[in-house]
Amino acid sequence: MFRILEKGLLAPRVNRYVVHAPQVARSWRAGQFVIVRPREDSERIPLTIADGSAETVTLVVQEVGKTTAVMADMQAGERLADLCGPLGVPAKIEKVGGVAVVGGGVGIAPAYPIAQAHKTFGNHVIAILGARTRELLIMEEEMRRASHETVIVTDDGSRGEKGFVTTALQRLLDLGRTIDEVVAVGPAVMMKMVAALTRDAGIPTRVSLNTIMIDGTGMCGGCRVAVGGRTKFVCVDGPEFDGHQVDFDLMMRRQAMYLDHERGTYEDYLETRRCRLDATREPSRR
Amino acid sequence: MTDWRARSPKDRLRLPAQPMPEQRPDARVRNMNEVALGFSADQARAEAARCLQCANPKCVAGCPVGIDIPRFVAAVADGDFASASAVIREKNLLPAVCGRVCPQEDQCQAACAVTKALKSAEDSVSIGRLERFVADWELGHGYVLPEKKPSSGKSVAVVGSGPAGLTVAGDLVRMGHAVTVFEALHRAGGVLIYGIPEFRLPKEIVRREVEYLERLGVEFRYDWVVGKTVRIKELLAEHQAVFLGAGAGLPNFLDVPGESLCGVYSANEYLTRTNLMRAFDFPASDTPLIRSRRVAVIGGGNVAMDSARMALRCGAETVSIVYRRSEKEMPARREEVHHAREEGVLFSLRWAPTRVLGDERGWVAGIEVIRMELGEPDASGRRRPAPIAGSERVLDVDAVIVAIGNQPNPLIAESCPAIRTTKWGGIVVDPNTQRTSMKGVFAGGDVVLGAATVILAMGEGRRAARAIAEYLEQGDWNGAPDPIPDE
Ligand SMILES: Cc1cc2nc3c(=O)[nH]c(=O)nc-3n(C[C@H](O)[C@H](O)[C@H](O)COP(=O)(O)OP(=O)(O)OC[C@H]3O[C@@H](n4cnc5c(N)ncnc54)[C@H](O)[C@@H]3O)c2cc1C
Ligand code: FES
Repeated sequence: MFRILEKGLLAPRVNRYVVHAPQVARSWRAGQFVIVRPREDSERIPLTIADGSAETVTLVVQEVGKTTAVMADMQAGERLADLCGPLGVPAKIEKVGGVAVVGGGVGIAPAYPIAQAHKTFGNHVIAILGARTRELLIMEEEMRRASHETVIVTDDGSRGEKGFVTTALQRLLDLGRTIDEVVAVGPAVMMKMVAALTRDAGIPTRVSLNTIMIDGTGMCGGCRVAVGGRTKFVCVDGPEFDGHQVDFDLMMRRQAMYLDHERGTYEDYLETRRCRLDATREPSRR
Repeated sequence: MTDWRARSPKDRLRLPAQPMPEQRPDARVRNMNEVALGFSADQARAEAARCLQCANPKCVAGCPVGIDIPRFVAAVADGDFASASAVIREKNLLPAVCGRVCPQEDQCQAACAVTKALKSAEDSVSIGRLERFVADWELGHGYVLPEKKPSSGKSVAVVGSGPAGLTVAGDLVRMGHAVTVFEALHRAGGVLIYGIPEFRLPKEIVRREVEYLERLGVEFRYDWVVGKTVRIKELLAEHQAVFLGAGAGLPNFLDVPGESLCGVYSANEYLTRTNLMRAFDFPASDTPLIRSRRVAVIGGGNVAMDSARMALRCGAETVSIVYRRSEKEMPARREEVHHAREEGVLFSLRWAPTRVLGDERGWVAGIEVIRMELGEPDASGRRRPAPIAGSERVLDVDAVIVAIGNQPNPLIAESCPAIRTTKWGGIVVDPNTQRTSMKGVFAGGDVVLGAATVILAMGEGRRAARAIAEYLEQGDWNGAPDPIPDE
């Protein structure tokens, strides 16, 4: 169970894993996530399901701390200690007409099955993909297939238009394109900016939140956010919420709670990784 | 020592109660080891010799699983610990756990004839400590697996591996049924593993009790969230009956401004980080815990005491329990309150939080509390607290742990509308058979009772196991709560 069948690099420090998990693969739907513990002594971390087959789920993971670094060092053939899911409420897919699916950075991965579902459902899907720079843009081909039109933006203009996803979205609106609903998945700031834009334009907007989690089943409340002034648990009430109701500032502060702690362990881990690499290189040098 | 039986009851009443050896408070707040160290063999025999061996023992009726207490205590007094262990195992699947965490003072020991004769609850025979002694002796000396009936060819799915689920699994597997336990987390034990701290219940003990069940043939599947990974209907297609023992894991929050500031935790989060994920070992374990200096714990139950004592062990300088009634109304066990006091936990009684204050970075900078006065007793028999206008003051703290109760997680019921629940989310069952409104599905423990106790959960598990066995044999489904009509 939970054997990594395939692993590949999508961008620097962004890996894609195909994991054997039949009981999850059987019932997952777009928008749901799993809780993973790479190894026995690891933290539990939430990862959104990016794709699946009859017996596998696909996860796209960016290395941002120790747990994701440990995972980055695992290879095809190894087993994850735990993979629990599918958790959370599936993304709401309805017939609305035109849908803009906005994915930023690794957020493109979870946006992919949502775009696909909207397309299958008969909505006209415009995908807006954003990345800092060209080499960080992932899953462009898949997204092209999952949508009717694809717009690409990079912060530095190295690929597609120069600018942010909001620039692209604003331009589509200015052109008078029919956008009845927006789905945004990506960094919290990006979702906040998108929500601000669509609030003014009066377009319903769903965002998929990625808070810190422990159990992922509603037991700890560590994942809580304020939505429309009420406390909600992202793992069971979400991860998808009305973007116009989410208190993003509170969420961003809570996301950053453990950053100092984690920086330390991450740096220690990078150090041991360097030593390990040096050790394996040693013989060839001789 | 074998002549203890020769002593008259009057003589026995004169024997002194044995004190429980404990780690010193100043030492134990700096480690995670167990506070109570357990009786020595001599102490256990001396304590057991105090039992009057009543012809009509009241203690047995006080035990929710009906252990034959006089018989096991007599075996301890005889020094025949193996027999004592066998007597306890007849009725109790988790003796090392119950010996540590049961509220014996309200159960068997409250009914003890020695308590009555000496008019002192403190001087009852320490049945719980004897149970613990015997269970620990057994862990050290090995056990003989009980006999199993031949396979019935039937199988049962158990949802949740807390004390309720473990009891059902143990009882049914011995009756010859195949049992698969589905657990959402990555370890078995429920609250025993994620909630009750190491210093009160070492996790190694829970692990060994689970291993005992595995050796009996119970299959455990981890990372299975019933209602998400698999639905109850699907379980029923593969098993002839389902038992729901999913506990009461959904934490209540305060519903005051600032409850989501950084540094406000539910007790569940705080204890899960420290127990299940071993954050106190950070960075040796990967799960972090913020080092807080001044901690307020809101609530007056066992969970609040556990959180407060855990916070001290995780390096807090001051920890205060903030409780809206007085000490008399505190639902925590006396022993827990006593241990917390000894360790230096402070008590702000008759104060209730009104809001949590934050700094410019969104971290807890204090908590505003208001003085409460106690009015007439309410439905629970406890005096109802009411705020005194204008009495607010601010406690200088940098972390708040909220321990004001849990409710059943709605996940299962939401995924299966055929299961009837109460207004507060508890699953409705027939009290004699633990049957739910859905045919073939039984429930018990905190998911039915709301946050209760280990032994009550086990008692419900025992009753459910009996009813499940009967149902597997006879197949009739009478007396269960009315089914929910199909729409
Ligand atoms: C901190 C703390 C201290 C306590 N101290 C004491 C004490 O000293 N003495 C005492 O008697 N009692 C104590 N209690 C109460 C006692 O632990 C509970 O009453 C008891 O554990 C309830 O048992 P249970 O089997 O019903 O549920 P739980 O122990 O809660 O177990 C339920 C299990 O089900 C799993 N689960 C939930 N949903 C699903 C799902 N959908 N699919 C699969 N699995 C699921 C959970 O992960 C969990 O493992 C304490 C509780 C807490 C929180
Ligand atoms: S992660 Fe624990 S409640 Fe959501």
